[in-house]
Amino acid sequence: MTESLPIIDHPAAAARFVDDGARTGWHDQALWFVRVKRDRQAHGLPEWEALREQAAAIKSHTISRLADYLEQFEREATRRGAVVHWARDAEQHNAIVLEILRRHGARKVAKSKSMLTEECHLNPFLQRHGIEVVDTDLGEWIVQLRNEPPSHIVLPAIHIKKEEVGELFHRVLGTEAGATDPKYLVEAARTRLREVFLAADAGITGVNFGVAESGGIVVCTNEGNADLGVSLGKLHIACMGIEKLIPRCGDLGVFLRLLGRSATGQPITSYSSHFHGPIRDGELHIVLLDNGRSEILASDDFRRALHCIRCGACMNTCPVYRRSGGHSYGATVPGPIGSILNPARDAEKYSTLPFACSLCASCSDVCPVGINLHEQLLIWRERIAARGILSGTKRLAMKFASHLLRRPALFAFAGALARWGLRHLPRFAFYHALNPWGRQRELPIPPRRSFRQEYRKRHERQPPRG
Amino acid sequence: MPRVALFVPCYIDQFYPDVAWATLEVLERHGVRAKVPEMPTCCGQPMANTGCVNEARPLAEQFVEVLGRFDHVVCPSGSCTAMVRQHYEHLLHGRTDYVALRNKTWELTEYLLDVLRIDPPRSPFPYRVGLHQSCHGLRELRLGSSSETVGPRFSKAQKLLESMQGIQLVKLTRPDECCGFGGTFAVQEEAISCRMGLDRIHDHEQAGTEVLTANDMSCLMHLDGLLRRDRRPIRVLHIAQILAGRTPN
Repeated sequence: MTESLPIIDHPAAAARFVDDGARTGWHDQALWFVRVKRDRQAHGLPEWEALREQAAAIKSHTISRLADYLEQFEREATRRGAVVHWARDAEQHNAIVLEILRRHGARKVAKSKSMLTEECHLNPFLQRHGIEVVDTDLGEWIVQLRNEPPSHIVLPAIHIKKEEVGELFHRVLGTEAGATDPKYLVEAARTRLREVFLAADAGITGVNFGVAESGGIVVCTNEGNADLGVSLGKLHIACMGIEKLIPRCGDLGVFLRLLGRSATGQPITSYSSHFHGPIRDGELHIVLLDNGRSEILASDDFRRALHCIRCGACMNTCPVYRRSGGHSYGATVPGPIGSILNPARDAEKYSTLPFACSLCASCSDVCPVGINLHEQLLIWRERIAARGILSGTKRLAMKFASHLLRRPALFAFAGALARWGLRHLPRFAFYHALNPWGRQRELPIPPRRSFRQEYRKRHERQPPRG
Repeated sequence: MPRVALFVPCYIDQFYPDVAWATLEVLERHGVRAKVPEMPTCCGQPMANTGCVNEARPLAEQFVEVLGRFDHVVCPSGSCTAMVRQHYEHLLHGRTDYVALRNKTWELTEYLLDVLRIDPPRSPFPYRVGLHQSCHGLRELRLGSSSETVGPRFSKAQKLLESMQGIQLVKLTRPDECCGFGGTFAVQEEAISCRMGLDRIHDHEQAGTEVLTANDMSCLMHLDGLLRRDRRPIRVLHIAQILAGRTPN
């Protein structure tokens, strides 16, 4: 897929988000709450770390012979009556979906949550071609009604307060003005979405797991909307990234236990729906999408990113994501995993994302499928520097620092100069617009002598024994 | 007598000399007379973490060449130690002298507990202490169990501090969230960095922290910068300073 400029400026977007201090605190707490729920569930399973290792091993194995498993999956799915389609990129994917819908004369589609279709910008594409698409996951529907992208892959509307949902529903659904009671609002949404389900000609879902040995697909939701969307109509289109494959039905036990706990702190998602072939007199189409995944597969450094089961745990734990909001990443998949996947698609556009990270490594420790997220982010920084798309000032500063630090005498001299300046020059010499450190922070109180100066002095006076 | 080098990181050399002195004193108290060579001045992490590996590599080479001659290298920073142990491989591609160095480079608290096997000190430190678990020490060196991972709970820094006389270790609502320093992140993402730091400070304030300590002075430099700007009463001390008997002001 060709993505367009402008270049995403994460620091600027993040600064705008943080500017509303109270909202930032609320957003941070909302996601931290999910992280705490996840911890409670994870710590309740003594075998948690073993599960993570097993999941990582299964994923590594699967992607090491992905082509074979994909063909097996296609064979088995076809045998069960599904039609399997292969899409190289988003454009092909969207064209395939449109063609299937047109063949059935479908005008209205009920779609359950799928980050893959977000990645392909399927909704606007179908709408341009006269097909009405309604996102039936509550959070996803809320952002659709607001005409904005999701800010999180599991909790698409996590950035929106219930008061704002109340206003939106008042406008769109005619609920009482000023209503904020979640139960009341959810009931209103439920009523409207029932109409959508009943009127839909087709259902589109994502896929959480495709099972090679059975040709079945598994869709996990908490609202049951995927089941409603594909059971009332006769046409089910399932859109699936090629990395979603696992070899055996038996492997599901590992992943279903990890997914719900990591995503929302539930032992398992409320609905784990298995689809093996179409319903009676219906059609099941599975669209397999590459869209850059093969390139990631070919890279020794980033291959493990394909382990991702889109649980969102790395977002919930990321101290930067929690305080900058999903939209600051300017991409469908935000947060740590997004900062790896998006530069793979367009390194220049997303060049600030691998730097939107303090390298705290919490993401790597929380990831249920053992992706070394913080290490991959570091490798991306290196790639970005090597491609010459690091900002000029940063490159120069690092060249200068390296030059200085390699020469102890020069380093000592520069340090002495800086410390002298800090003691004697007026405050504005250091605290100004060009020094971001000093905007909200004091610089260290400079000692008269550096450690090494003092060390030399003491050792000249009294040579060390021994 | 093993030959021990103390690696003094660049910012400690220039801005926090007492942290290095305190480290020397603690080591000496346990019978180790460490030497501080003129070089290297820096482990190269600022460059490496910005993606500038060609600028970081000469510093890694210096580090291996000079400090490789010692039997042990001790460093009062989890982050610099993690740079050497976890990230030099990538810069130096398995130089044999690096492999040897990696296995004898220690962060201070692990050197005290795992190599010297000292008994935790019983000297007085009658303060309410907030322990900041610096990320690289925690999640790269595993100086403690991170809150994300499941398994036995431990913390080397806490083990060293908890038996001191009169000390009270406070309970934080988020035991190991990042302070937001992150090297060049602190200036590049200034807004987020400072917000993260202030959130940590609020957690320590609600817990009643009087002295905020960590294995890494860089986290404390950032937090102290925020504390002093707002004239907040919390004081920072590196863990080596507490172990050496320093008191806040």
